[in-house]
Amino acid sequence: MEENLKVSVSPHIFSKRTTRNLMLDVVIALLPAAIASVVIFGAGSLLVIATCVISCILFEALFNLIIKRKQTIGDFSAIITGLLLALNLPVNIPLWQAVIGSFVAIIIVKNLFGGLGYNFANPAITGRIFMLIAFTGSMTEAVFPAAVDTVAGATPLGALASGEEVGVSLLDMFLGLRGGALGETCALALIIGGIYLICRKVITWHTPVTFILTVFVFSLIYSGDFETALIYVLSGGLLIGAIFMATDYVTTPTTALGQVVFGLGCGLITCLIRFYGSYPEGVSFSILFMNILTPYIEKITMKKPFGGVKK
Amino acid sequence: MSFFKMSGVVVPHMKNTCEMQAERMPAPKSVVIPMNMHIGAPAKPVVQEGDIVGVGQLIGEAGGFVSSPVYASVSGKVTKVDKITGTNGASADAVFIESDGQMRPFEGIKAPTVTNFEEFVAAVRDSGIVGLGGAGFPTAVKLGVKDLSLVREVLINGAECEPYITSDTRTMLDRADDIKEGIELLEKYLGAGTIIFGIEKNKPEAIAKMKEITSGDSAVSVKELPSIYPQGGEKVLIYNLTGKVVPEGKLPLDVGCIVINVTTLASIAKYIRTGMPLVEKCLTVDGSAVASPKNLIVPIGTSLRDVYEFAGGFKAEPKKVLLGGPMMGIAVKSLDQPVMKNTNATLALAEKEAERPEENPCIHCGRCVNSCPLGLNPVAFAKALSLNDCEALEELKINLCMECGCCAFNCPAKRDLIARHKLAKSELRSYQQQRAEQEKKEA
Ligand code: SF4
Ligand code: SF4
Repeated sequence: MEENLKVSVSPHIFSKRTTRNLMLDVVIALLPAAIASVVIFGAGSLLVIATCVISCILFEALFNLIIKRKQTIGDFSAIITGLLLALNLPVNIPLWQAVIGSFVAIIIVKNLFGGLGYNFANPAITGRIFMLIAFTGSMTEAVFPAAVDTVAGATPLGALASGEEVGVSLLDMFLGLRGGALGETCALALIIGGIYLICRKVITWHTPVTFILTVFVFSLIYSGDFETALIYVLSGGLLIGAIFMATDYVTTPTTALGQVVFGLGCGLITCLIRFYGSYPEGVSFSILFMNILTPYIEKITMKKPFGGVKK
Repeated sequence: MSFFKMSGVVVPHMKNTCEMQAERMPAPKSVVIPMNMHIGAPAKPVVQEGDIVGVGQLIGEAGGFVSSPVYASVSGKVTKVDKITGTNGASADAVFIESDGQMRPFEGIKAPTVTNFEEFVAAVRDSGIVGLGGAGFPTAVKLGVKDLSLVREVLINGAECEPYITSDTRTMLDRADDIKEGIELLEKYLGAGTIIFGIEKNKPEAIAKMKEITSGDSAVSVKELPSIYPQGGEKVLIYNLTGKVVPEGKLPLDVGCIVINVTTLASIAKYIRTGMPLVEKCLTVDGSAVASPKNLIVPIGTSLRDVYEFAGGFKAEPKKVLLGGPMMGIAVKSLDQPVMKNTNATLALAEKEAERPEENPCIHCGRCVNSCPLGLNPVAFAKALSLNDCEALEELKINLCMECGCCAFNCPAKRDLIARHKLAKSELRSYQQQRAEQEKKEA
């Protein structure tokens, strides 16, 4: 009797976690923020989200076709990039600009570097930063929620930067009833998403908590006022950045210690830009900058081999 | 006692057979007994074609200091002495015996005289016992310490952390008397001051039984280990039971410890009592292709084909057959593979479980890094390997990797990490060899 036995190196069982179901969990975690954006900013937000998601998927598929690589859109990572990018855009962004942002994120930042796992910077963040520079006007125009009846003015961060009254209550800030990008305003939805990710063990608390705490502490020192410090935490893209972008596996450290260092660095740079820079917001820049430092952080925070002896 | 909690992974237990007392398998028609069932020099065959042998008769003598003798596991006629290819691809001598079905014990069997430490170690050497938990390191070498005062703690490994496997559990439940005797021998001849059992807490019955048989002895304690794989790894066990770290390149004895597997201990006691050397092995037969999982006591050298047939055959076509458990077991090429001294389980997996999931690109999630019990960094290994940077591999201590499989089990991209670790280790070894030669030349 000749049997046809498969031979492979151990182990022969694997955990249920796959790249695909991890990414799917991230998509699920982003849904509350996406839904909140529709409630807060109206149906226009759906259009932006759809545009980004669809163009990200199409660009990825197209790229794979052109370089004759196995199709990778099934791993959901392009959907995440599309969703995250969309949630970082204002509701009245011209859709063609959103398409260009998606192109930069998927083709240039992600796939030209080799695709998922090989990019050194977060595609959605870099796409957003590119748009901020290329389309400064439409990206920084303060857009107010359809739900609130306000006279056009600055976003809370803009107001804080120029020393005006913020004019939005803390509760409204928490619920997201303020000017800003689609998905960044509703703290409640973002925190729900973050808790989901932590419970599902997709991410750990280290990066988001240190990032947010650092910003809080520095804002408190800077402003000397508890409430203002809270407004700093709830405004701009801090929560979406800390929960969803500073926790991107590919471009951030792997160990708990490394993640704490990463979060600290992000928080510090965010505050420096917010307080002293020429842009009112610094979350994206800080994450991008720390992405670049990630390999070094990894080196200095590596675990010590158990029983290892230095030669 | 431990300063930090060791990582590891939560693996499915699948201990389907833990309630099943081991059944003894009758003599198979023939056995093939390899001479290299242990770490070290292979044994040298001392029988020839046509010789008639009895159970327990010497058929291969130890081939050196780190080696172990091999005994006939059935009675019958030696049909040939020939090379076979082992699981690691290397060829080695093996003695083929056609069984007469009698299981007639060799007439020369008699209990050894043991009155002191030297005689104890000599007896262990003659018993053919090697690390039965899987490692296969000759037990006499481990016990043959030069200075007995160095031995502070003897650790009895009953962790049995691999999924499916319950053969050590059965030893603890069914051969408690042997274990008790073994403990007494250790106390008497090794002068072991402290003896600690380490048993994973998913085996409450075994823990209770071991507590029961050692209750009158204040030098012995039974400790529960967390149900986190791999508690049975030697360095992991030592750390979790004593808080001591075995430094790189050192032996457990350097920190005052000796680790013995429970089944090994029971076998030593049995040999000293009866003089019957190691000729049979209790193993767990399980896996998704197996009709009725069970524990069997089988003669060493029995082919897996015979083992599965006696166990009740397959309910699905086996697509992958393992020696050992699913985390560290070796996939064999053929069912002709004989059961060896250190075989504690064989699993037959059906189509679905046999298929290795497809590999995807590393997403740098860090699950491998955070699950490694030894604090190693598989992401950095992979990078150094791809750059062929042996100096980096050396610095990253890839030599410490015990191939436990935690990293690969946990990898969401299902990367074939262990294959890469093995490759990287062998690259590093040849690099170090070259460097040593270079240095010699220069000197
Ligand atoms: S677990 Fe797998 S995907 Fe994650 S970092 Fe390690 S090798 Fe990469
Ligand atoms: S196989 Fe090696 S690197 Fe992987 S977890 Fe085990 S010891 Fe660590």
